[in-house]
Amino acid sequence: MIKVDHISKTFKVAKRNAGFSEAVKALFNKQYEYVKALDDISFTINEGEMVGYIGPNGAGKSSTIKILSGILTPDCGSCDINGRTPWINRVKHVKDIGVVFGQRSQLWWDVPVIDSFELLRDIYNVPQIKYKDNLEELVTLLNLEEIIKTPTRQLSLGQRMRCEIPASLLHNPKILFLDEPTIGLDAVSKIAVRNFILDINKRHKTTVILTTHDMQDIEAMTNRIILIGKGKILMDGTLSDMKKVAAVDASIDEAVVELYKQYEI
Amino acid sequence: MRVYSRYFSIHFKSVMQYKTSFLLTTIGQFLVSFNVFLGIYFMFMRFNKVEGFTYSEVLLCFSIVLMSYSFAECFGRGFDTFSSIISNGEFDRIMVRPRGEILQVLGSKIEFTRIGRILQALVMFIYGISQSNVSWNFDKILTIIFMIVGGTVLFTGIFIIYAALCFFTIEGLEFMNIFTDGAREYGKYPISIYGKRVLQICTFIVPFALIQYYPLLFLIDRNRNRWNMFLPLVACIFIIPCYKLWKIGIKHYKSTGS
Amino acid sequence: MRKYISFFRLRFSTGLQYRSAALAGIVTQFIWGAMEILVFRAFYKADASAFPMELHALSSYIWMQQAFLALYMTWFLENEIFDSIKNGNISYELCRPINIYNMWFVRSVANRLSRAVLRCMPILIFASFLPAPFGLSLPKDLNSFLWFLITMLLGFLVVVAFCMLIYIVTFFTISPQGVRMVAVSMIELFAGSVIPLPFLPDGIRQVFELLPFASMQNVPLRIYSSDIAGKVIYTSAGLQLFWLITLILVGKMLTNKALKKVEIQGG
Repeated sequence: MIKVDHISKTFKVAKRNAGFSEAVKALFNKQYEYVKALDDISFTINEGEMVGYIGPNGAGKSSTIKILSGILTPDCGSCDINGRTPWINRVKHVKDIGVVFGQRSQLWWDVPVIDSFELLRDIYNVPQIKYKDNLEELVTLLNLEEIIKTPTRQLSLGQRMRCEIPASLLHNPKILFLDEPTIGLDAVSKIAVRNFILDINKRHKTTVILTTHDMQDIEAMTNRIILIGKGKILMDGTLSDMKKVAAVDASIDEAVVELYKQYEI
Repeated sequence: MRVYSRYFSIHFKSVMQYKTSFLLTTIGQFLVSFNVFLGIYFMFMRFNKVEGFTYSEVLLCFSIVLMSYSFAECFGRGFDTFSSIISNGEFDRIMVRPRGEILQVLGSKIEFTRIGRILQALVMFIYGISQSNVSWNFDKILTIIFMIVGGTVLFTGIFIIYAALCFFTIEGLEFMNIFTDGAREYGKYPISIYGKRVLQICTFIVPFALIQYYPLLFLIDRNRNRWNMFLPLVACIFIIPCYKLWKIGIKHYKSTGS
Repeated sequence: MRKYISFFRLRFSTGLQYRSAALAGIVTQFIWGAMEILVFRAFYKADASAFPMELHALSSYIWMQQAFLALYMTWFLENEIFDSIKNGNISYELCRPINIYNMWFVRSVANRLSRAVLRCMPILIFASFLPAPFGLSLPKDLNSFLWFLITMLLGFLVVVAFCMLIYIVTFFTISPQGVRMVAVSMIELFAGSVIPLPFLPDGIRQVFELLPFASMQNVPLRIYSSDIAGKVIYTSAGLQLFWLITLILVGKMLTNKALKKVEIQGG
């Protein structure tokens, strides 16, 4: 279970203006501004739930994920994930989670995928028997027999993503964070990835938290949606709740646009 | 250790994918410090001695420093290029894995092409020995080993400091060159030639002299105190404050996420 | 011409943004220079009669070298250019109505200038306050100062023109990194940045002085410290001009050849 309680986070960023004279000015006097990335965030996610975490760019999605995965310490508030605070005991906490950053690869570029998997096995200290079972399951579910013998650099984006997600699941995490897992994929790969995630969630009761800009992902995979904007949680409910708030009976994309307009984000 | 050897084999396999390029870069590395050697060579065509050190003694000193630097660069390359690990988000990945950060950064890069430089140091080392009249015994062989080990640890420590500072800023770090490239370049001469002040700094603050000047004196019988032999091991203590600074850096990273 | 000027301004102002980098660079170069002078001091103490330059002239040489490092270092190359060649982005640049050689040239000039401008003054000022044989002294007379300025500009352009060749050669080799490393490190020796050329033994030195690399920092720095004086100034400057023109012509020729190759391969 994930319980997030009144978390806030502020960043200090340097102002940098364009233009020649501004550059000269900044040479002598640098200015900073404070950005509230997260402003009093609270929510609870139960075991085995699949949650879509959406919002425009810079809304605070990735800050939240970073806090939940123990990378970032918030200014205030508390967070309890299976009895642990993520940023206090990082190593113990991350054994139980898997993270997929859609835009970056965790596979080693020049070696066959299976080599990366074996390294991950050693990093996570997965017992050999368990590793074999997991690998077999993942390989059959995603049809990876041939692909995992190929060096990563020779894979298409879709094939690569079909390896990235299992790479984060080799150690049976209880919670899986997916950051834009379908970005740039063709229709076939997209659907394969979606079905696979649904399958894993059913089989292992893995909690999945998904951030995406693709509303079809949300529609296909999640029931619950948390909408964040300017660091605040604006809505937490089901898809139909969302359509109700938006007060349009249109496609989900249009509903989101309407919502963004309503909340002025 | 098992994880590291796994990293090692992955890097080795990757390198073997580009054999020609690897070979050429290694040869490049072999030749690259040659200009420094030629600099020393030409200087000693004019001058017989500097601060009482002869050509072959300087060569010995230079090759040992170069060798330890190359070892540190080969294995600690992840720290040396740490700013890119931070800026491309690779460090977030490291943070979501249940292993020590140091191990993972060490594993993130192993620069096999530095073998070229190590070889070059070896060639100069052998040349230096053949030219000098060091009277070899067990103690002296041990001294050389200590010097290389101590030097590697010391340079790795400096790379770690550099990486730790990357957590705070990435643009103002050019000054660290003084301690990395600078120490390699200026380590070619025994530190005493830079004068008393520099020798003091390099004894008590950044202990370069402990891995270079003092044990060298022992090696060439200018100082027979056996303590000099163990000073490179004392220099290894330097790694502790480096590690502490690294920890502070991680704490900062966790609070700013940048 | 206007597009090159605006391109220059853009590059120049991006260069200025790195304030703390500049500060760090100044400190680094100052210490670097000090260490260098200490080395030569030790050799001077060992045998002053074997020293081919005056100690104060050498000190000036080194301080000027550190102050204008960004103008003269051949290893100060732009990775962006290498990347664009390697990953094929260069085909975008080919679509613009701009001569690629000129653009890269302007870009390098701007980059180096913006670095040098930020860094040179503090180093020059600090160094001129140092005690006598170790500090930066003024040139002997106005004439040698003027010639210093002229040859400094020529030397700078020779460096950029030469770096252009390094970029272009990337098109033709399988291991640009290896070639680059070796080339750059040997050039350092030829150019007099490992040790000033007067320290080289006779015979080797005369040959080195004819090479294009001696037309980089060697000429202006030695004119400043009055190590080169009299008629030699004119021949040195003439040689610089000769190499500058030659390098640019060769560079342009190779660029055309390389671009044809890109067009055939389709980038």
